Amino acid sequence: MDHKDRFANFSAQNPQKWEDPSVLDYSSRIEPPLQGNPGAQIKFPDPLNELLQASKLQDWDPAAMLNNLSFLEQKIHHLRGLVHSIVGRRDRVSGQAQPYGLVAQQQQLVTADLTSIIVQLISTAGGLLPYVKHTPSTQSATSPSLGQFQPQNGGGGSGGSGVSELQNSVDVSTNEEHESKDEEDGEELGENLFPGTYEILQLEKEEILAPHTHFCTICGKGFKRDANLRMHMRGHGDEYKTPAALAKPNKESSSEPALIKRYSCPFTGCKRNKDHKKFQPLKTILCVKNHYKRTHCDKRYTCSRCNTKKFSVIADLKTHEKHCGKDKWLCSCGTTFSRKDKLFGHIALFQGHTPAIPLDDTKGSTGICDPGDSSEAVNKVGNMDMFNFSSSVDVKGSIDDPAGCFSPLNFETCNFGGFHEIPRQPFDDSESSLAFLLSGSCSYTDKSGED
Amino acid sequence: MEFQSKKKHHHHHHPLSPHSSSNPFDILTEEIVCKILDHLHDDPSAIKSFSLTCKSFYSIESRHRVTLRPLRAELLPRTFHRYPFVSHLDLSLCPRVDDPTLNVISSTWKPTLRSINLSRSRFFTNAGLSSLFVNCSGLVEVDLSNATQLTDLAASAIAEAKNLERLSLARCKLITDMGIGCIAVGCRKLKSLCLKWCLRVGDLGVELIALKCKQIQSLDLSYLPITEKCLNSVLQLQHLEDLVLEGCHGIDDDGLSTLEQSCKSLKMINLSNCQNVTHTGLSSLINGTEQLQQIILAYGSSVTSDLAKCLHTYSKLQSIKLDGCIITWSGIKAMACLRAPIKELSFSKCSGLTDDGLSFLVQSHKDLRKLDITCCRKITYTSIDSITSSCTSLISLRMESCSLVSKEAFVLIGERCSFLEELDATDNEIDDKGLKSISRCSKLSILKLGICPNISDEGLAKVGSCCSQLKELDLYRATAVSDAGIAAIADGCPALEMINIAYNDKITDTSLISLSKCWMLKALEIRGCLGVSSIGLSAIAAGCKQLTVLDVKKCFNVNDSGMLPLAQFSQNLKQINLSYCSVTDVGLVALTSLSRLQNMTILHLAGLTPNGLAAALLACRALTKVKLHASFRPLLSQSILGYMEAHGCIFHWRDKAFQKEMDPKGWRLHFGKSGSEVP
Repeated sequence: MDHKDRFANFSAQNPQKWEDPSVLDYSSRIEPPLQGNPGAQIKFPDPLNELLQASKLQDWDPAAMLNNLSFLEQKIHHLRGLVHSIVGRRDRVSGQAQPYGLVAQQQQLVTADLTSIIVQLISTAGGLLPYVKHTPSTQSATSPSLGQFQPQNGGGGSGGSGVSELQNSVDVSTNEEHESKDEEDGEELGENLFPGTYEILQLEKEEILAPHTHFCTICGKGFKRDANLRMHMRGHGDEYKTPAALAKPNKESSSEPALIKRYSCPFTGCKRNKDHKKFQPLKTILCVKNHYKRTHCDKRYTCSRCNTKKFSVIADLKTHEKHCGKDKWLCSCGTTFSRKDKLFGHIALFQGHTPAIPLDDTKGSTGICDPGDSSEAVNKVGNMDMFNFSSSVDVKGSIDDPAGCFSPLNFETCNFGGFHEIPRQPFDDSESSLAFLLSGSCSYTDKSGED
Repeated sequence: MEFQSKKKHHHHHHPLSPHSSSNPFDILTEEIVCKILDHLHDDPSAIKSFSLTCKSFYSIESRHRVTLRPLRAELLPRTFHRYPFVSHLDLSLCPRVDDPTLNVISSTWKPTLRSINLSRSRFFTNAGLSSLFVNCSGLVEVDLSNATQLTDLAASAIAEAKNLERLSLARCKLITDMGIGCIAVGCRKLKSLCLKWCLRVGDLGVELIALKCKQIQSLDLSYLPITEKCLNSVLQLQHLEDLVLEGCHGIDDDGLSTLEQSCKSLKMINLSNCQNVTHTGLSSLINGTEQLQQIILAYGSSVTSDLAKCLHTYSKLQSIKLDGCIITWSGIKAMACLRAPIKELSFSKCSGLTDDGLSFLVQSHKDLRKLDITCCRKITYTSIDSITSSCTSLISLRMESCSLVSKEAFVLIGERCSFLEELDATDNEIDDKGLKSISRCSKLSILKLGICPNISDEGLAKVGSCCSQLKELDLYRATAVSDAGIAAIADGCPALEMINIAYNDKITDTSLISLSKCWMLKALEIRGCLGVSSIGLSAIAAGCKQLTVLDVKKCFNVNDSGMLPLAQFSQNLKQINLSYCSVTDVGLVALTSLSRLQNMTILHLAGLTPNGLAAALLACRALTKVKLHASFRPLLSQSILGYMEAHGCIFHWRDKAFQKEMDPKGWRLHFGKSGSEVP
């Protein structure tokens, strides 16, 4: 199949592995229990169940499934044509002796295709399995690495507590402004690497903007992280379950003297491009992606609350949305700040700027956190905060915000039933999805706590 | 200002001079008249009479006047035309100044207004302030203390006053860093800023002030929740002279040790009530401040040798105030070694101060002018001996409740400190012999002899004959004094402005009749003088036209007939206490003719009815504070209370039971001899 080949080529071109924090390697979303889904009650025979268990470890990706289904459809169509032609040929040459070799060849072809279809079907069905109700014991036996993240079914409140703690700790780090985010991404200028002491790699624009960079050589499914691909591969057979197959590929090369890798931006003239006089390399692929999108791409994600701020990296939008509307420290120049000291630093710096006092309420400027704030914000649906409010509010918010519909939060928590009708946009939530995945889990937990 | 009478007078004047050419005053040029007026600036009543002399004087005075202190805001409209060039407007007597008033003020005196005092006024908002500051761009000084209703919106209105140099926002508790930030950006010429008790102003606001207002000379940051963070910027102010950090509990030694700046211009630092600052913090704070003249460390850490040694390098130091601190012997020794000639020392309520320490200290600071040893209960004759022999140029000695000092010590004071102008000997053993000696101090202006039972008429007679400059005399519970002593004072001290002869049953109307000669008398307190009646009070009313404060509480013999002359003559009366007097509705209603009466305490008045009270309250237009018994509260109509409050009057409801006067002996037993200060 041609698209499969393309995927294979792609991953061959792209041998670099993500250097993500280990927590991201297992960042499978916290899947909410879907007790109401009748399909989830299907009982599988044990061996199959085990097989499917393994494949469930990667993300359940509706786009991939759609791909797989059309792929299956094509294959079945192709097979049907093949069998049809065999039947037609037999009718035409009835009475004549068929050469044995040809028959065997045809049979072999059909069998091979059928096998491929079955594998594909199983693999696709495996994507559904995370939503099947499991007993906690099975779960911990089959996927011990996930046990700590996965909420216990039927006990959303208790299972979610650990998650929300984690969420809090992660949330703090994502709470930074963009400058510091860049630093975290490794874009800081302070690195003192001499030219020549590192290897410069340059990805092309298409690679940078591709939603997936790791593809399964068997089924063609794409992944953002190699670790997720490796988890996925386990579904394709026992040979992918060995420790060697599951180990980080980087570790093999640790015996060789590892040359430090740095990345160049493909945009000519950019300071991050290797041909620039004052070239400053980017540390990781993640940095390349974020840098490229932020610097050289359109800012196509507009904040649904303020309708002014635009972003090219969806994670930046999510971070902004978290604080949008909460920037109550306002300067006369119109700039808002989430922190009073930032505003005062700004005013100290610029002549003629002065703190802006809101005319209607002085409450906002008192600096005292008002417990009534949150309830006010709930009333303004357009201004709600993902973190604080229940997912039902999110649904309302996502109705007039198509981009919001595609956040995994909405798929998983509330908008599950309707996602097929919504056309899929070519982007996916990208690299740093962890933050809002977890905040999604938090609102989910909140909701079930109330229930 | 009494404008009605002025106008009447003016009309009378006309027919008296039908031929303007015959007016002898016409030969005086306007320039000369203005010079005369300049000499009268201390005495408002003199200016008033002057302006009423003739039409031309009236108009010259109108144009000459630049300061105005109206009695009530309602009188303001009459002044707009009469005084076109007012630059200093003091509204501290007007409790109600609303936005329309501020609007008219700002449009009338738009070109001239430089200073406005709203510290006692209420009912205005940011809208009124906005119109004031936008119109009167020449405003240099604004006092908005106690404007607890003002928010950051008002602060942003203040920020329009681009030429503002002096601003007080004391107790503006709703103003936050944001408002202060506006002021910092808008008022770049600020030289003096008081933010005392602005509890919502923190490091960020103060820091911005220090960054933007580089001309600041005086900064009061008392009781603000600030830390050393803002001090780095504050200390960078090149012109800062006075820094008050009283009660800043967020400032401590650790923080101060991180300071990198030193303020070379600093002259005064006040670290009172900073319990977390010891000598280490202090030395970091004043490091390099060579101009330091005054340091106030009241109610702080104990005065050790380390603390005193911090002060050794400051050669210009003149004044050290250590009130309420624990004083150690080593600290005193180190203070004695200070290079600078100290002129003022304050040890009020320093329990650790001993004879040895004080004697040692004063021997090395012979140039001392002012010494406060109030309630230093360990010191005796020895200390006074050392003080008087070393510090002969002493001007002020406050030694209230130095109970162990013997009567002989006071003889020494009179013999050796002849320049003394102020002596507080309240609650001491001083007797007539000591008082006679003290009367040698011919410049004596303030003499406090409260609770000195050993002094009598004999001593006072000597004071009366020698101390002609006496302005204040306190004889509270000086029970051996009688009419003769008071008569001697009244005869010899024409400058007397304040006298207290409370709780003395030897005092009769004769005393008051004598005192009526003191035409400068402004404050008279005769509480609990049972021998005093309306006759004496009438004499005071007729003689002492300047009388501003009168306390006749528990003068049971004062009745309505005493109120009538007060109502007629005491047009300057602002404050009166009539509690327990035999005054009825009639007397109280009569007092309503006093157009300046602001403050009235009328508890347990013999013949007061709710109706009489209501009538009096409604008729007294200038009232700002009334103390009443709580039993009247339900008896007064709500509409009356509402009306009064809307006009700026505040009611204080007291629920005290009727107290019978204790006899003097009983009082002494009750409070004890060593007994603390005067209640």
